[in-house]
Amino acid sequence: MAISVDVRNLSKNYGEVEALKDLTFSVSKGELFGFIGPDGAGKTTLFRILTTLLLADSGTASVEDLDVVKAYKQIRRIIGYMPGRFSLYQDLSVEENLRFFATIFGTTIEENYDLVKEIYSQIEPFKTRKAGKLSGGMKQKLALSCALIHKPVVLFLDEPTTGVDAVSRQEFWEMLQRLKSQGITIIVSTPYMDEATLCDRVALIQNGRIMQISRPAEVVSTFPLGLFSVSSADVYRLLHDLQKLPKEHSVFAFGQVVHLSYREDELTRDDVIDFLKEKGHEEVTVEEIKPNIEDCFMELMQKE
Amino acid sequence: MKKGSTDIIIVKDLVKKFGNFVANDHLSFEVKRGEIFGFLGANGAGKTTAIRILCGLSLPTSGDLSVAGYDVYSQREKIKQNIGYMSQKFSLYDDLTVFENIRFYAAIYGLSKKEIVQRADVLMKKLQLEEARNKLIRDIPLGWKQKLALSVAIIHDPKIVFLDEPTGGVDPITRRQFWEMIYEAARNGITVFVTTHYMDEAEYCDRLSIMVEGRIAALNTPLALREEYQAKNMNEVFLKLARAQTEEVA
Amino acid sequence: MNRFWGFVVKEFLHIFRDYRTLLILFGMPAVQLILFGYVVTNEIKDARIAILDQSKDETTRKITEKITSSGYFRLDRNLHTYSEIEEAFKEGDIKLVIVFESNFTRKLERERQAHVQLIGDASDPNTANILVNYATGILNNYLRTRNAEAIPLQILPETRMMYNKELKGVFMFVPGLMAMLLMLISALMTSISITKEKELGTMELLLASPLRPMQIVVGKVFPYVFLAFINACIIILLGNIVFGVPVRGSVTLLLFENFLFISMALSLGVLISCLTNSQQLAMMISLVALMLPTILLSGFIFPVENMPKVLQWLCHIMPPMYFITIIKSIMLKGNGLFYIWKETLILVGFTLFFILLSVKKFKIRLA
Repeated sequence: MAISVDVRNLSKNYGEVEALKDLTFSVSKGELFGFIGPDGAGKTTLFRILTTLLLADSGTASVEDLDVVKAYKQIRRIIGYMPGRFSLYQDLSVEENLRFFATIFGTTIEENYDLVKEIYSQIEPFKTRKAGKLSGGMKQKLALSCALIHKPVVLFLDEPTTGVDAVSRQEFWEMLQRLKSQGITIIVSTPYMDEATLCDRVALIQNGRIMQISRPAEVVSTFPLGLFSVSSADVYRLLHDLQKLPKEHSVFAFGQVVHLSYREDELTRDDVIDFLKEKGHEEVTVEEIKPNIEDCFMELMQKE
Repeated sequence: MKKGSTDIIIVKDLVKKFGNFVANDHLSFEVKRGEIFGFLGANGAGKTTAIRILCGLSLPTSGDLSVAGYDVYSQREKIKQNIGYMSQKFSLYDDLTVFENIRFYAAIYGLSKKEIVQRADVLMKKLQLEEARNKLIRDIPLGWKQKLALSVAIIHDPKIVFLDEPTGGVDPITRRQFWEMIYEAARNGITVFVTTHYMDEAEYCDRLSIMVEGRIAALNTPLALREEYQAKNMNEVFLKLARAQTEEVA
Repeated sequence: MNRFWGFVVKEFLHIFRDYRTLLILFGMPAVQLILFGYVVTNEIKDARIAILDQSKDETTRKITEKITSSGYFRLDRNLHTYSEIEEAFKEGDIKLVIVFESNFTRKLERERQAHVQLIGDASDPNTANILVNYATGILNNYLRTRNAEAIPLQILPETRMMYNKELKGVFMFVPGLMAMLLMLISALMTSISITKEKELGTMELLLASPLRPMQIVVGKVFPYVFLAFINACIIILLGNIVFGVPVRGSVTLLLFENFLFISMALSLGVLISCLTNSQQLAMMISLVALMLPTILLSGFIFPVENMPKVLQWLCHIMPPMYFITIIKSIMLKGNGLFYIWKETLILVGFTLFFILLSVKKFKIRLA
């Protein structure tokens, strides 16, 4: 498949801090590609380099075969960008914002209305309202409309769902799926691990390094360890006791249960039950489960 | 102190209006001492308004409320002394050092000089921040910052601590360490009132309330909620509740 | 609508939405002009004086009458002993005490000289100076009429204040005020409006769009050219209608010079915003580095000629001084370009210098 975004050995430092360390990856045309990682992982720096707003210290990057340094002007014509924080004009109305972004890209709302229709129609009833007075979900829809109004070839969305409630988040991802079906390449970053499964491929990123790139299903299937979901009457004590298990393993709380990952040749379900009984736990359940992206992410983090 | 049955927050028929807009529409709930109480809701559902009232920062339009045993109409200063507050948006001063931040917060709650130094030492040791004592907050990683912020919010042993989206953007391992700290605080008798957009995190709470359009649409333990709504996780519960409401309105 | 105009429309929307700032911007010229015109004035009217007349004869009575009828002075009280003088000053409203020695007329006639003591309240040195000068003037005047026949040959200096016959302070302030307000609107407002986009994060979006940096800058600056220009006109009109400040020279030339100064200030504002990332810093720089020199080091309030050499040098590298000179020259003297081409050229030079520097410093990326 043709490549849309290509990054080779990209590094960027801020003084002492290494924001990006030798990143290499490529995104195919029409792909929905996700960068999953916490704040400070380097997602924003990477997005700014790709949107020609920052210069890398070393390495190369290209968007639609255009070099981000030399051909920055051409790139700026064909990309849509939604920065991490809400950056629209709060004192302008919904419609004025959209119209402004259409004009600076040399187009009009009417010309590309079809593309944003589905998203924009949801906020159109409020088109005279000032952008600063919109709710979180509506701001996000407006920002996406503004990033789309010039029919970009590649869409960069930096943490579009941060601070947005679960309902708006779900709607947002549904919109992305529909945009994808129109052939737009979408690169999105998020700190919410559960959103990884909604991408075609993901890069798990931490401390400026890509820990793994693959399809979400592959991330999960390549989890190298066994995983138990353990619960008992007292989760807090359960967590602390499980940390004392005399075998190599790691323990993480997942709400009311605890996930215990282990080397499959070293630990069995019965071992765990016996250990907990010995510690005086009641209502113990131990279940073999499939890992989720978060389990994988933490496993990778620990390896680093 | 073990989790008792004493209610530390009692809210009866809380109503808050801004002009014609009803932000809180007859909220009623109790929070028990030492409980971890999750306060969920969509953006604009009225969570922030309710938290402000509980913290004594704004007055309700009507309703009976008692926080930490004090009345929200007449004893707001008492309430403020007995609660801690931390939010993701603002918690520590970026241009002060770790120690200076601790000292500042301890001082505004009236701790003595000796106590401040003592507690600061204990706290930095526990968080393994001793070496970062004189580092500016902006130079330490986000995860540390959030953990420090929580510790600072409870440095004066408040009866209740309000956490407003405390873990946004934090990596999953640190997030869990953070929750361990929350559990520990609850074990020590501090009631924890927390909001979050991470639905998986909601499952750490003892009880959850989910606000939709100014009202409490559901309130129960995570397990009971999941069973009631036949959902496999809290995200589904939340979506079902919020969606049902939107359809009703539409 | 092409890109640039779309941008300009957006800027105007921002400006009109923020009606408080707009009100200040347009209310300011009127308020400032009235403040400076009426309150901060060098003219003295009805200053309270006390007189200690130890002679109480015909001459001292006449002089007293001349002084009190001049309009500058008002006799507050008569003193009887020296010891009362200090008392009178301490009470506060007495600005000047005039002491006539005893046997004034006789001494004047026999010894051909008599003493008058003028004691000013120099806690306000400017006023004291002016009052003493006025009083001396009246005394000399009186002597001159009295001696008219006695001494036929004498030099009688007659002063006439050109261009501002009544020595009206407001004539001085109008050009200064124009410099100050144009500087404020142009440099301060543009630097704030550009750094605001940086703070909001919208600059990130603008940079990532096909807008050229030049379009962004010119688009941001454009509305303020208008606002500043309108303001300049308001000041000229108000000055003319309310205070009678004339425009003796060519109006076209005056407007052109205003336009030039506005461009200079705008490019300075752009330069400031290129060097800073926060509104606060931009504001501080504009206020401290631009406003203070405009007020203090431009000849606006304090004459440049009276300053120490070092400050004079400083004045000469500040554009406002040239602008004020130009405006005074056109408005009050009615001069044409022939007399002010040097200053004009210097302003053009400043403008080009700041534009070049801004273009060099403007970042096409975030860092």
